[in-house]
Amino acid sequence: MAQKRVLMKGNEVIAEAAIRAGCRNYFGYPITPQTEVMHYMAKKMVQVGGNFVQAESEVAAINMVYGAAAAGGRIMTTTSSPGFSLMQEGISYIACADIPCVIANVQRGGPGLGTIQPSQGDYFQSVKGGGHGDYKLIVFAPNSVQEVVDYTYNAFDLATKWMCPVLILSDGAIGQMMEKVILPEPIPARTAEEMRDEKPWATNGKGKRTQRNIITSLNIQSDAMERRNNELQEKYHKIEGEEVRYETYKADDAEILITAYGLSSRVCKKAVDIAREQGLKIGLVRPITLWPFPTKVIDEFAAKPNVKFFMDVEMNVGQMIEDVKLVVNGRKPVYFYGRTGGILATAEEILEQIKAKM
Amino acid sequence: MAKGKVTFNENLCKGCGLCVAACPKKILELDKTRLNAKGYHPATSVNPEECIGCAFCATQCPDVVITVERF
Amino acid sequence: MKEGYTLVYKRPDTLLKTRMHYCPGCFHSILHKLIMEVVEEMGIQNDVIGVSPVGCSVFAYDYMDVDFQEAAHGRACAVATGIKRTLPNHPVFTYQGDGDLAAIGLAETMHACNRGEKFSIFFVNNAIYGMTGGQMAPTTLEGQITTTSPYGRDPKNVGYPMKMAEMVSQLPGVAYCERVCLNTPANVRKAKKSIRKCFEIQAQNLGTTFLEVVSNCPTNWRLSPIKTLDFVENNMLKYYPLGVKKDVTATEEK
Repeated sequence: MAQKRVLMKGNEVIAEAAIRAGCRNYFGYPITPQTEVMHYMAKKMVQVGGNFVQAESEVAAINMVYGAAAAGGRIMTTTSSPGFSLMQEGISYIACADIPCVIANVQRGGPGLGTIQPSQGDYFQSVKGGGHGDYKLIVFAPNSVQEVVDYTYNAFDLATKWMCPVLILSDGAIGQMMEKVILPEPIPARTAEEMRDEKPWATNGKGKRTQRNIITSLNIQSDAMERRNNELQEKYHKIEGEEVRYETYKADDAEILITAYGLSSRVCKKAVDIAREQGLKIGLVRPITLWPFPTKVIDEFAAKPNVKFFMDVEMNVGQMIEDVKLVVNGRKPVYFYGRTGGILATAEEILEQIKAKM
Repeated sequence: MAKGKVTFNENLCKGCGLCVAACPKKILELDKTRLNAKGYHPATSVNPEECIGCAFCATQCPDVVITVERF
Repeated sequence: MKEGYTLVYKRPDTLLKTRMHYCPGCFHSILHKLIMEVVEEMGIQNDVIGVSPVGCSVFAYDYMDVDFQEAAHGRACAVATGIKRTLPNHPVFTYQGDGDLAAIGLAETMHACNRGEKFSIFFVNNAIYGMTGGQMAPTTLEGQITTTSPYGRDPKNVGYPMKMAEMVSQLPGVAYCERVCLNTPANVRKAKKSIRKCFEIQAQNLGTTFLEVVSNCPTNWRLSPIKTLDFVENNMLKYYPLGVKKDVTATEEK
């Protein structure tokens, strides 16, 4: 039987998918262009018996997430770029303390107060750790409303499995887009017993445990701090081995590879199609997880003798390109084309840029 | 001769109606027969002879549309 | 001007000759006008520095012909502290909405007032977040429906609306604290006098001056401008009473 498809907005599906994944606590602060997530949550959370709290700021919101997630709940917050900046300290604490939670950042143009137009300017902040210290988030870059649904829904299980924050990196355009989606089956919210079983490390009262649980990111002795860092790195190596996701499009025989993610990748797909019609062998590599970065597939293309160069396309002045260059390691040229201010390059424009390098 | 005289910089008017409510002599109205450059019904004095130049309208006007003179 | 007529009111020259973007009937533009009238009358246009918030009045600097700094959301009182400490002889003011001053900026607001920072705070309280689409504010009234309190503000769940003027007046660093409104010509004229008083007390280096301005939001209250006046009078002013909450100069005069 065909599954029913519903027409929904990119922002709203974040809320709907989270609730279907069993999220029953949301803490956030209004900021354009993600306010629709909050409006949807405010209505729906009450209906499913959950908690919706509008915090006094993003700093407060991320610390509410920290508390709730460390107490064993399935927790989410959403924000946009300036709010994401405010959350960095909290995220560093959460990552260090091995706490699972889901964050969505609906990117807008910056730096500063910027604009409410979409951008991809938070790549560094998301992937390189915008907060202090050596930590990583698992970062998904959806490029359609269906992907927002799927990655948000799966994020909660993934966060629990790896005990780390998972970030859904959307943007102002995807947030406003309305597309037909298939919604996943809702799973019931966990009972208190189930929460204790799923997260035996959580601070939910000693109960029948012989040991008390402490959640902290303070490691004041040097050997303790080094040990914590080594444990985190070990975890991240494992994640790199198992959770990489990417898509290639008409890339098998490509002589020129475009690298792009999120909204940019949709336009680049069209550029590839136009190029192929003109007999040009151009393909696309689209990272879906920005961390862990799909190093292996890019490395393979960089090693191929018929590949002439890479063209990285982003809505910023060049952030992911640094990771592409690191993998390519000088074997092939890596060029860049990007627009800021919310301006999306057209497929024709991108193709012109590629042709100029040929 | 009217004690007061009000002049409206019409294209700034947003047709909010606060001046109409503020006027103690009730001589202001939004002109429903026409639109200004921004598509609002601009405020206007329908009974200028009764104006006392109290400037309540100008005081209340958010968009500083009205200039008031008194004889 | 016709023969024999004298000018009673005209647009102050300190307001730039541009159209203000605020919704029809919004009190923001009235307050902008009043502050600029006072700046013109006091002759401080070339000295004064304003700090704009994030919210509907984020573009305040496009309308007032004085030096301005844009602050991050909620940080205007911290930014103004920096300005006034650097330029102690210049009048400085912040212009903030209820999210900016009482939610994300509450710590900065309270601490600036506690330190008695010598600038003036103009606080526009319309019980809702305007710019971002009508969310609940710390000052949203009990039972009021907003996009993040779709079933009405429930004090048992999210607390009661905050009375900022009363809270701030408790701090010793505050020299003057008043709540005014702009819903009638008489109230508008009173508010203008209070704005002037804030700048005068600031000039005497007596401490922080705080003016809470009860305002409206036709768009997000879903009311016509005229109907917002009813809501202001019958609901807002009942919960947020007007009046002087603190005045150190009044004590000295006695």
